[in-house]
Amino acid sequence: MTRRAPLLAVAVALAVALSLPLLVSNFRLFQFTQVGIYAIALLGLNMLTGYNGQISLGHGAFYAVGAYTTAIMIDRWQVPYPVTIVAAGVVCLVVGFLFGIPALRLEGLYLALATFALALAVPQILKYFEHWTGGSQGIVLSKPAPPWGLKISPDQWLYLFTLAILVVLFVLARNLLAGRTGRAIVAIRDNPIAAQAMGVNTALYKSLTFGVSAAYTGVAGALSALAIAFVAPDSFDVFRSITFLVGIVIGGLASISGAIFGALFIQFVPNWAQDISKAAPWAIYGVFLIVFMYVMPRGIAGALRLAFARATRRGTAESA
Amino acid sequence: MDILIQQVISGLATGGIYGSVALALVMIYQATDVVNYAQGEMAMFSTYLAWTMINAGLPYWVAFFGTLVLSFVGGVLIERIVIRPVEGAPILTIVIVCIGLLVILNSVAGWIYSYIQKPFPSPFPARPIKIGNVVFGAHDVGAIAVTLIVLALLYVFFRFTTLGLAMRAAAQNPASSRLCGIRVGWMLAIGWGLAALVGAVAGMMVAPIVFLDPNMMAGILIYAFASATLGGFTSPGGAVLGGLIVGVIENIVGTYVSFIGTELKLTVALALILVVLVFKPSGLFGRVAVHRV
Repeated sequence: MTRRAPLLAVAVALAVALSLPLLVSNFRLFQFTQVGIYAIALLGLNMLTGYNGQISLGHGAFYAVGAYTTAIMIDRWQVPYPVTIVAAGVVCLVVGFLFGIPALRLEGLYLALATFALALAVPQILKYFEHWTGGSQGIVLSKPAPPWGLKISPDQWLYLFTLAILVVLFVLARNLLAGRTGRAIVAIRDNPIAAQAMGVNTALYKSLTFGVSAAYTGVAGALSALAIAFVAPDSFDVFRSITFLVGIVIGGLASISGAIFGALFIQFVPNWAQDISKAAPWAIYGVFLIVFMYVMPRGIAGALRLAFARATRRGTAESA
Repeated sequence: MDILIQQVISGLATGGIYGSVALALVMIYQATDVVNYAQGEMAMFSTYLAWTMINAGLPYWVAFFGTLVLSFVGGVLIERIVIRPVEGAPILTIVIVCIGLLVILNSVAGWIYSYIQKPFPSPFPARPIKIGNVVFGAHDVGAIAVTLIVLALLYVFFRFTTLGLAMRAAAQNPASSRLCGIRVGWMLAIGWGLAALVGAVAGMMVAPIVFLDPNMMAGILIYAFASATLGGFTSPGGAVLGGLIVGVIENIVGTYVSFIGTELKLTVALALILVVLVFKPSGLFGRVAVHRV
């Protein structure tokens, strides 16, 4: 029972996710598309920060690179949008890998600062290359229409499209992290020197993790460009990077399901805060953040795991 | 040449402000290994307190010192109430709590005082000082002086008083200090108070230049990061010197390198941080961290 429970939870979550287009309005569905997009980005960041122990405050930068790759390819060269998403992933993989090489020398705080500075500089750099990015005006896209003559709205199509990519990427991430590679990545976080002594190529794995993590976030950025049908420099400010970090810590570090919980948090809690107080919504949000950290220092996934462990222990004690 | 000297002086003035914020960051970092991302917003909030007192009709210097006292108390309270419960938690948890603090302070300031920019008075005469052909803003010179006085007082405090010694001990070796009877928890709280105080001075000195609004410290915090990185996160003096260097570089690059102008100023800070981190990660004056294996 205990071993099958996670599988059951995944099946239930998938069933709920698939039935959503039938149950909720197009606007709500758009919000859930955003949740899916954030979940992909958070999973990418979680690989780097949660599993590999490299803190990044700059993943908004890769999100922006992904979004702009898609926008420019569609706007300038009329490339079909599914191709642009793969391209965004590849571009971010390369950019992330290259940024990961100097980042190898940096630990903890210093890496956080370097990536933070990167996130800050992105809007300015985007505005500077006006010829490609359309400057502060940004680039306007159109929402992709459902293919094969499907009788669904563009919002519904985009939701299903995002969900499909999400499932594929989550399965890939799970397989990557559960195997030999994943153990190497975690070993580097827990004890780099011991990992090296065991024959793990620390430098290669760290830059690779950076690249894969950036690729996930880039795919998410590309999807967001499609979902919002618009990219502009100011939507990729440093606050987005901070939001991603908030998402993985609230969701649960080094946990795959944590990405989903974190995505739900960063998508919906600001709205609730707005409902509670129109005057100072971010103050409410900040209070939420601090309270969450007090009561669930290991994030939502960690708290659930703990609750589940307690419940089953009681269950077995009673049955014994 | 005259323009160069003017740019250097005004660079030193803003650099002193970056250096003060960097010093506040370093003080908290040394004591607790936490980079306080809310440092800028704390300074912004203090500046609003000063603005309220000045608007209520108090003379400038009364408001100035009143703000320092309130900021110190506020900093101590923040450490006691918000930070203490997560003292032993993983670094990322503390980072998130600091970010929570940042958005709360920013949002509450916007709620109370609105997001409209407000002018903030300078205590120094508006008439520029003229030496030969070179013209200095009196505020620039005044800001440099105030910053230097604060730094000198801090130095004296940490170097020559028992409390300062106790605080340094608590930061360096909490376990042994506790065995000597130093109340380590309270030393940390006082450290936060002092950092808030230094930040308040920086806020009040920069507000006449950039105008007062809830987001005014965002850019300054980045330059403070750059300063602390340049000087070394383990060296208070280095952080201040780093601030002065960053301020001067910023002004000179903005004036003489035409393609950068004001549009890419933050990118200069990024480039600086990256260059320092890649070539000398511990900064100019920082200690190289040595780990026992």
